[in-house]
Amino acid sequence: MLITAVFWIFATILVVSAALVVSARNPVHSVLFLILCFFNAAGLFLLAGAEFLALILVVVYVGAVAVLFLFVVMMLDVNFTQLREGVQRYAPVGATIGVVLLAELLMTFGGVRVAPSLATLHVAPIAAQTSNTEALGLVLYTHYVLAFQLSGLVLLVAMIGAIVLTLRDKPRARRQSIARQTTREVGDTLLMVDVRPGQTMAELGIFRPLTTLPQAPALDLIGPTPPVSADDATGRGDAA
Amino acid sequence: MLFPIAVFAPLLGAAIAGLSGRVIGDRAAQAVTIGLMIAAAACGIVTWVALITGVTHAGTDFISDWIVAGGFHVNWALRYDALSVTMVAMVTFIATLIHIYSIGYMGHEERPTYRFFAYLSLFSFAMLMLVTANNLLQLFFGWEGVGLASYLLIGYWYDKPSACAAAIKAFVVNRIADLFFAVGIAMLFATFGSIGFNSIFAGLGAHLQDRISLFGSHHVLGVIGLLLFIGAMGKSAQIGLHVWLPDAMEGPTPVSALIHAATMVTAGVFLMARMSPLISLAAPVLAVIAIIGGTTALFAATIGCVQTDIKRVIAYSTCSQLGYMFVAAGAGAFQVSIFHLITHAFFKALLFLGAGSVIHAVHGEQDMRKMGGLWRNIPVTYAVMWVGSLALAGIPPFAGYYSKDAILEAAYAAGNAAAHYGYWCGVLAAFLTAFYSWRLLLMTFHGKSRLEHASHAGHAVHESPLVMLVPLLLLATGATIAGYLLKPWFIGAHQATYWHGAIDAASATVLAAMEHIPGWVGYAPLVAGLSGVALAYLMYVAAPGLPARLASLFRPIYLLLLNKWYVDEIYDVIFVRPYRYLAGKLWQIGDVELIDGVPNGLAALAADASGQVVRLQTGSMAVYAFTMLIGLVVLISTFLLFR
Amino acid sequence: MSGGQILPGIGLMHYLSVGALLLVLGMFGIFLNRKNVITIMMSIELILVGVNINLVGFSAALHDITGQVLALFVLTVAAAEAAIGLAIVVIYFRNRGSIEVEDVTLMRG
Repeated sequence: MLITAVFWIFATILVVSAALVVSARNPVHSVLFLILCFFNAAGLFLLAGAEFLALILVVVYVGAVAVLFLFVVMMLDVNFTQLREGVQRYAPVGATIGVVLLAELLMTFGGVRVAPSLATLHVAPIAAQTSNTEALGLVLYTHYVLAFQLSGLVLLVAMIGAIVLTLRDKPRARRQSIARQTTREVGDTLLMVDVRPGQTMAELGIFRPLTTLPQAPALDLIGPTPPVSADDATGRGDAA
Repeated sequence: MLFPIAVFAPLLGAAIAGLSGRVIGDRAAQAVTIGLMIAAAACGIVTWVALITGVTHAGTDFISDWIVAGGFHVNWALRYDALSVTMVAMVTFIATLIHIYSIGYMGHEERPTYRFFAYLSLFSFAMLMLVTANNLLQLFFGWEGVGLASYLLIGYWYDKPSACAAAIKAFVVNRIADLFFAVGIAMLFATFGSIGFNSIFAGLGAHLQDRISLFGSHHVLGVIGLLLFIGAMGKSAQIGLHVWLPDAMEGPTPVSALIHAATMVTAGVFLMARMSPLISLAAPVLAVIAIIGGTTALFAATIGCVQTDIKRVIAYSTCSQLGYMFVAAGAGAFQVSIFHLITHAFFKALLFLGAGSVIHAVHGEQDMRKMGGLWRNIPVTYAVMWVGSLALAGIPPFAGYYSKDAILEAAYAAGNAAAHYGYWCGVLAAFLTAFYSWRLLLMTFHGKSRLEHASHAGHAVHESPLVMLVPLLLLATGATIAGYLLKPWFIGAHQATYWHGAIDAASATVLAAMEHIPGWVGYAPLVAGLSGVALAYLMYVAAPGLPARLASLFRPIYLLLLNKWYVDEIYDVIFVRPYRYLAGKLWQIGDVELIDGVPNGLAALAADASGQVVRLQTGSMAVYAFTMLIGLVVLISTFLLFR
Repeated sequence: MSGGQILPGIGLMHYLSVGALLLVLGMFGIFLNRKNVITIMMSIELILVGVNINLVGFSAALHDITGQVLALFVLTVAAAEAAIGLAIVVIYFRNRGSIEVEDVTLMRG
């Protein structure tokens, strides 16, 4: 029974690597064991005839989610050894609870009896001559189209949320303002002055102060700025 | 058509005067209420004449449905029979005269008086509603309306604490009696399935032997009759529940006249007459009525003998006269009690308005010891007070003679022990009545003037204006001739045709028996009355020092009477103080500690508990996550263990 | 049991047991690494994979595609959760300079 042996191999590796995920000292190792987990889970899916899900698991989880984990672990400058503190302290509690839960779950399985009318309770039986992907699509786009669209919406929200959360907003950054560019006219930026030889800037009435602050509104080329009062100036300074 | 006008015109007047009196002013309010009362009186008297002369026939004027709930059906309707018509004519007539009189009496009020006239009209309307009711609920409506209006009027001078206390006392004492009345109505409904008079009277025969088990087995009709009588006792101020009546003198004198003569106190007697078919079937109740009535007549008369406030003397005489009426009812002669009710209305209104005229003349003084010798100053008032006193004392040919005589004859003729007790009480009370009536006359109008002139400097004692004298003269006429004129119709030869079934026919046997009593029975009250007059003359004219000597000689008795048998004090100890104590306890323990304490305690408990629980919310995400997981384990464990 | 055999000699119970083991290991991981939020999130991923194995096992055992549809949705939500969770970890680290879960004590009223 080769295929049975394959199941056992997949299952054993899955469980062992899962145990290593939670117990590895180095988080990078954890992520790598997680990837191994996903591969083996995909193998179990394949054995159960869920080819599409198996491949999705590999592509999405290994290709995207696990890599994202890896990326974050490596990107963040975290002292992971410090984070390992207290593991010995919490291990007994966690182990106790885990063992109790496992025992109870297995007890539950021991008592399972399947209802005799199960065969009539099918929601969407797999048709005989369809591939797994086709069968999935037949149901997903008909019965579950609303849930499907909503899950797409969840992904969209997750994407936007991740962007919004991590986008570093720099208020001082200079950005292009197309509206300002297209609406400005010559007179706004250009001042023709007749300059006689020997005239100083002060005589011409060009009021540009010599000691220009970097954030001074002199950079604003659209038009004259309103006079700045003392109160306003301090307020602006706070905002900056 | 005239009958509803007679009933509802006062309501219209009360509404106009009460709601818009501030706008239209006193004069207009008086004109409206009095005009509508005159219209009501005209309609009332016309319908009365029409009914007794046979032009119209008894019936019911349906107005509208009131309550229709399953088998409980009550409507607004005016009962049109001899009893209600008689009462309507009397009430509207007397009330109109009192309205007119009030113009003069309330003339010196500083505040606007439209409120007073509105209340008077409301009072009249409530009484009219009561007497024209076609079912007990409508009667109860009028009954409570009378109570309300009396409360408003007794407490009319609301800035006087004693007036407010008197108003509350009247209201509360009446509520106590009304409770029994209401229970009686409920039992009537439970027994007969209806509270309409016609259906009750029609069903009497079927329920003669019905019994009710409550502290022993009793006849239902007897229990109902007793409950109704207790209700009547409250309104009609019979002994035990009489305490509100003298205090009600705190109101303006026209109010006293209205309460005592036309509207309020007669309601109980009317109720007995209205329910006479039921009451007369319950012999024990009749005995109770006669005993209570006779006791009240004598009891109130004894108090009246020593009172010094002119209005209180008359108030106790009312109490006493109501006792007479109940003696008649207890003897089974309901016609006689209604007859006395009518004649009494005339002479009691006359006495009160006359007393009001005296008080008006001496600028608010009510103490008879400070009067005296007034007859020269106010001769008309003096004359009508004589007429009123003669009628009250039962001296022929004044109205009271016929009715009081008839009551005592009926009581004797009824032949049972209770009625005989009523008879002897009545005779004795007749003696006392005459005594205190002449005591009042002699102290007020004769002898030397004891007025405190210092306090009335510049104000001579003066006769009342015409607007007060005309009602007095009309009432005096009524008090003189009403008895003689009405006797044949009410209790004499024509009584059967007059009442025409409005009052229980069984009482005719008593009326017939009155013809066959010994001669001395009829003369006894007259002799008693005349000797009372003689005693008063002896004590207050011939030997003026005698009362004081008697008072000191029989000091305990004198004090007992002066303090009204200490009934108020006894009630204070038995009922009022325990009640106040209980109420205080209920307030401090029941209300403050329990009713307020429980919600406040719960709120404090919730606040404390949340103050403790908030510690669970550590803010640590790790703890939340662990809690969730431990919860999952506990959930599965529970599922496994208790599967 | 009906449809119990997914493979010869391998039944629904085997798949469920593997799922249960993953669930327990995930929970154990959460307890064990109570400071390292990234490992906690990986543990959550393990739990979700365990759930998916359950769903697929049922789907295969019952010959009903619905289990796989649900597993697909679980995958979707898990991916979204991972993305958002890691984004939060990143900005949390940026603000605090640490990713210790026990430092997260602001979630209270």
